[in-house]
Amino acid sequence: MAILTTEGLTYIYSAGTPFETAAVDHVDLQIGEDLMVGVIGHTGSGKSTLMQHFNGLLQPTEGKVSLEGKDIWADKKMLREVRFRVGLVFQYPEYQLFEETVFQDIAFGPKNMGLSGNEIQRRVLWAADSLGLDRELLGRSPFALSGGQKRRAAIAGVMAMLPKVLILDEPCAGLDPKGRLQMLRQIRDYQKQTKSTVLLVSHSMEDVAEYTEKLLVMDRGRLFCYEDTAAVFRKVEALQEMGLRIPQIASLMLALRQRGCDLPEDIYTVPQAKDALVQLLRKGAVSC
Amino acid sequence: MEHMIEAKHITFRYPVDEGQPAGETVLKDISLHIEKGSFVAVLGHNGSGKSTFAKHINAILVPEEGKMFVEGIDTSDESRLFDIRQKAGMVFQDPDNQIVATVVEEDVAFAPENLGVPPAEIRSRVDNALRTVNMYDYRSHAPSQLSGGQKQRVAIAGVIAMQPDLIVLDEPTAMLDPQGREEVLEAIRRLNREKGITVVLITHYMEEAALADRVVVMDSGVVVLDDTPHKVFAQVEKMRSLGLDVPQVTELVYELRKEGFSLPAEIISETECLDALAALLEIKPI
Amino acid sequence: MLKDITLGQYFPIDSVLHRLDPRFKIIFTMLFIIMLFAGNSVWTLVLSAVFVLMAQFLSKIPLKMSWRSIRPLLPVLVFTAILNLLLIDSGEVVWEWQFLHIYEGGITTSIFMIARIVLLMVGSSLLTYTTSPILLTDAIEALLSPLKRIRFPVHEMAMMMSIALRFIPTLLEETDKIISAQKARGAALDSGGIRERVRALLPILVPLFVSAFRRAEELATAMECRCYRGGEGRTRLRQLKAGVGDHIGLGVCLVFLGASICVNFLKL
Repeated sequence: MAILTTEGLTYIYSAGTPFETAAVDHVDLQIGEDLMVGVIGHTGSGKSTLMQHFNGLLQPTEGKVSLEGKDIWADKKMLREVRFRVGLVFQYPEYQLFEETVFQDIAFGPKNMGLSGNEIQRRVLWAADSLGLDRELLGRSPFALSGGQKRRAAIAGVMAMLPKVLILDEPCAGLDPKGRLQMLRQIRDYQKQTKSTVLLVSHSMEDVAEYTEKLLVMDRGRLFCYEDTAAVFRKVEALQEMGLRIPQIASLMLALRQRGCDLPEDIYTVPQAKDALVQLLRKGAVSC
Repeated sequence: MEHMIEAKHITFRYPVDEGQPAGETVLKDISLHIEKGSFVAVLGHNGSGKSTFAKHINAILVPEEGKMFVEGIDTSDESRLFDIRQKAGMVFQDPDNQIVATVVEEDVAFAPENLGVPPAEIRSRVDNALRTVNMYDYRSHAPSQLSGGQKQRVAIAGVIAMQPDLIVLDEPTAMLDPQGREEVLEAIRRLNREKGITVVLITHYMEEAALADRVVVMDSGVVVLDDTPHKVFAQVEKMRSLGLDVPQVTELVYELRKEGFSLPAEIISETECLDALAALLEIKPI
Repeated sequence: MLKDITLGQYFPIDSVLHRLDPRFKIIFTMLFIIMLFAGNSVWTLVLSAVFVLMAQFLSKIPLKMSWRSIRPLLPVLVFTAILNLLLIDSGEVVWEWQFLHIYEGGITTSIFMIARIVLLMVGSSLLTYTTSPILLTDAIEALLSPLKRIRFPVHEMAMMMSIALRFIPTLLEETDKIISAQKARGAALDSGGIRERVRALLPILVPLFVSAFRRAEELATAMECRCYRGGEGRTRLRQLKAGVGDHIGLGVCLVFLGASICVNFLKL
């Protein structure tokens, strides 16, 4: 059953002026439950605008967005409820920390939901643990944390609302390789544990290749495709034409295939490539 | 040959009141020199001391122990501060926080204006600098109308207009999208190749380090590796243990070598990998 | 969205007035204000009106724009005009009803006042319509530079103004982003009583201030790295140069001012 649905979703910036542009152009989507979805596309492809429609921060100029089958704009009083069920973490979320302590900051969302003190406490601790934030840090001022810890505190603040859908816009931007890897693993574990749907907006094809089951590809305001990750990487040439940087491995495999090597089309990670090449080399029957 | 930068046994610790953990040594006895005209990447994870090292190059920080020389000038000599800053330009992570003026060309003119350069020469320096980074057509735009990559190129032009011999870039692409990163890297390479400006690029992206002539890897305030990109990335295990990435093709070759296939270890680019694999696949008897 | 707010009122087209030296334009505006208040004769108003119309024509600024600069003042104008009408009791009574008396003096004062304020607004907004904020800052710095002798920080003030102009769009965009982010966490920004509303602003104001301070600190370092050391010994890319047009303009202004003062002496 689809959790998020859009029908003919269109969003026009500066409507009625000469600068009128369709940031999102007739997008039809059905995103299922319990999924890890990668969202990719060029800057300005409309992916961020699309994401802000999912939790009702933007209202479509045309078309409909539904959460669990219900139009989110049908009753405006329910919008706040929608935002609790579709969590959105913006890029560089650490710049929105404001409370006196990390604990209070993480608790801001759950408190707005009107949860009981015990429940808030439980959720804050759980979210902090999920992101590897030391409990000792919870009593400190968020501004005294390191860059990576601030990022985690901010993301924990949205995770603690336990939304059915969690959207993360470039959660790894600016992190170093080790931090990025940890973050991606924690996000994946969060998804597995909560069985929620996570939308991971990313510029890193390597990251989405490894961590997502489905890919949503936006191109100049339109939905290029929404398919299984492996199926999308079979279209490497189309992705390149869109100006997307495909993983080095995918492009290497494409070059080898073009030279006549008998390699499957859906290889885009190092372990996959290693297995395929070992097989090819061991077989001895090389057709290049 | 004179060194562009010469670090002699530099040790540095942040004063306690600056929010850093008290007394933690950020740089430990670093000795290093960088030749004129070279392109050096400094790689390391957050907190490895790489940014602190960068700040020593143009005297934002001065060593607690040891000496730092930029073109022979001791950075602790306060009377030469502006000579050092003019010779060693610095570009930071967030382009928004480096742009001072409301018009692109005005911003690029900022440093020459500070240096008291005559107006006619400022004009020619500004135009040249903007052409070098491919932003001449945007000279009368407001910074807020530009993309991240464009802003960062304006920031670079603002430094080139000082006519420095050396540019230190502290994670200049960390906040940019892939397209912006490519534009900025292209501009950096052009500075180095065409203008002969020495480049020190602080980064944690290994793809960027792979473009340099030399890679210095830092960890906990010491230099742990210092060699050509090929030799540095070939040490896959070591890099991993330092919390750093290697290019995907390097990792692939490393895995295949572990399986007993004879491939050269020092492969960092897709073309090198393709050639090596093609050679291996073709030698095999049918 | 917040960032769509236009800054200042600069109207970027090309005209004779746009091309004038901003320092002269500031001086013209000041002379015009003196002219406008130099006397109480009808001729003062006529001369000022002719002057403004001429400038308006030379600036190619659509009349609609000038209307826009008066419109917000309308209620105040009407209110003070009514007060003048009712409270001034010089001259003959023109109209009365119960305790309300309107005298001749009241009528003329009201007309004079409205005409003066309208001319003042239209005339001075031509300065901001035809001069970009950055040029205006430069001109103010140049005109105030004699004050440096009494250690008034003229350069610093101008630098602060231009940095403010530079960062307003950045901070507006950031405010937009912070508001969206806190809304996404269920912040209720538009409900409750005044106390709740003020409290609800904290999640927006705190991050905004923290970010502004961070930016200020980074900008200061970046400026130092680009050899900034105050106004001493600084040169400028853009030189403010007075041309023939500026001197002609100055001549015209002085003639009008002189005429305005003369008619006052002759008539009254």
